[in-house]
Amino acid sequence: MISFASFPVSLQNETQDLTRHHPNVEDDIDMDEGFEEGIHRLTSPGEPLTSSQAFMRGHGTYIDREEVISSVAGTIERVNKLISVRAVRSKYNPEVGDLVVGRIMEVQPRRWKVDANSRQDAVLMLSSVNLPGGVQRRKLESDELQMRTFFEEGDLLVAEVQAFFADGAMSLHTRSLRYGKLRNGQLLTVPSALIRRLKSHFLSLPCGVDLILGLNGYIWVSKHVKQSEQEGEEAFDAEAVYSNKNDDIDDATRLAISRVSNIIRVLAAHFIPLTDTLLLDAYEWAVEQEGDVKDLLQADIGDAMIATITARD
Amino acid sequence: MSSRVEILNDGGYRSDGRRQYELRDVNIDLSQQGTADGCCTISHGLTQVLVTVFGPREAKMRSQTLHDRAVINVEMSVLPFSTGERRRRARADRRILELAATIKSTFEPVVQTTLYPRSQIDIFVQVLQQDGGLLHACINATTLALISAGIPMSDFVCAVSGGVHATSPLLDLTMLEENDLPHMTVAVMPRTSKVTLVALETRLHVDRFAEIFSLAGEAGQALHREMRRAVRGRTGRLVGVMETGMKQPIGGEPLERDVVMDDRMDF
Repeated sequence: MISFASFPVSLQNETQDLTRHHPNVEDDIDMDEGFEEGIHRLTSPGEPLTSSQAFMRGHGTYIDREEVISSVAGTIERVNKLISVRAVRSKYNPEVGDLVVGRIMEVQPRRWKVDANSRQDAVLMLSSVNLPGGVQRRKLESDELQMRTFFEEGDLLVAEVQAFFADGAMSLHTRSLRYGKLRNGQLLTVPSALIRRLKSHFLSLPCGVDLILGLNGYIWVSKHVKQSEQEGEEAFDAEAVYSNKNDDIDDATRLAISRVSNIIRVLAAHFIPLTDTLLLDAYEWAVEQEGDVKDLLQADIGDAMIATITARD
Repeated sequence: MSSRVEILNDGGYRSDGRRQYELRDVNIDLSQQGTADGCCTISHGLTQVLVTVFGPREAKMRSQTLHDRAVINVEMSVLPFSTGERRRRARADRRILELAATIKSTFEPVVQTTLYPRSQIDIFVQVLQQDGGLLHACINATTLALISAGIPMSDFVCAVSGGVHATSPLLDLTMLEENDLPHMTVAVMPRTSKVTLVALETRLHVDRFAEIFSLAGEAGQALHREMRRAVRGRTGRLVGVMETGMKQPIGGEPLERDVVMDDRMDF
């Protein structure tokens, strides 16, 4: 296990900012701003935002004595008459259609329980996976008996959020050839706020590394698989999709995977949202340095990398 | 009062040089610790506590899940080197279990658990150094850790301990003072000035109670400003970094400042 004891150095001096006012006047200073759209206003729990008669309360707020009051620390967002507060760092809040990476925690009757970094385990129903022998096929009793041949405890998978249950737990599905079991790579966990919604969450870097950016903050970094092999022919190849065996991965690819992983770790430690351009810049920089891959995790080298790539834009 | 040290001298100073209503230096560190969702290290003078918060997440104990709200689980450990005398406390020490239960009941009405049915919020409290005011340091650190985890709460919870020497009330007692004086801990929610916890383990004269109670409440407000500025600082920095994708240069040394309550307080 790699620890980042040295990374959040920059976070340690957080309590300071340069001007401090006398406590008696401090409160008056940032109180008189309006709710202009686009301008971020920060708030913390227990701060009254506005009157509940003029505005509606959204997430991260509650109403007490006709006032809308913030319940989390973050930025205030306003859409017309709806006031909500987005916490700067919180658990993943799933939405239908999100792409997530998860790990099977439990096999239950006709369903799997999947850890998706959310407030509850997600559910993957047997009826929402592709079964061997054709995409459209009725689920049989024999399928229920051999559920562990598809997904076992500890298996990683990529899926899409299909719906929610009454208690807010999410239901996943893998009914696409792009979804399913993950092989040939490694898992990274970053704060879910760092993954933005993109057009495609399947990235393929030119260094022979594929990335799957789960919106829940789980990232799968793996060996590049050619498009044709990935999708196969018309027929759905259950052997390949549910296989537990890794392909042969050569040393160069292994190195590239670890380099990309370490770069993501450094970016996450600095709380920088992931973008493919940043990743590519960082990868180039890391290759130019000719250092060992593990050196990236040292605080000074990580800081130097961040300084270089953020200065480029 | 048969104490060897003078608790409050003729000049109105306490054994560590503070005045009666002066709080100790507060230091708040909200930097990320490992995989925790939220964490905070707070020090009140020489008392130092680290709190990490995980969750809301799937409850590990299926039998204890509630279908309409989240369960708060507090686990506390006191490090053997945290006191002057080195000794290992069992995790199941009654005193520790009681403190943990106190913290749990303090936060249950404040955290909006109904938003997370069937989940569990784990709070791990680690006492790094003890010099009096252990409970209030734990509560303040837990507040900040919960906020940094993005868990909705109706307000901050700010706790301060208070005691009385002869007839003069003192705030934020050290270990030395705690051993000799009757003392209590008060946790307030600053916006409404509601009190979520009053802990009194020693015998205190009933006439002194009201005075200490209101003093500690007021000190909680002062502490709230300090805690809020720490939260604001962290939020602002993270939002800034995320927006630009750039690291803000961190300039200068942190400003040192004591939390000073006015010696003269008007009620």
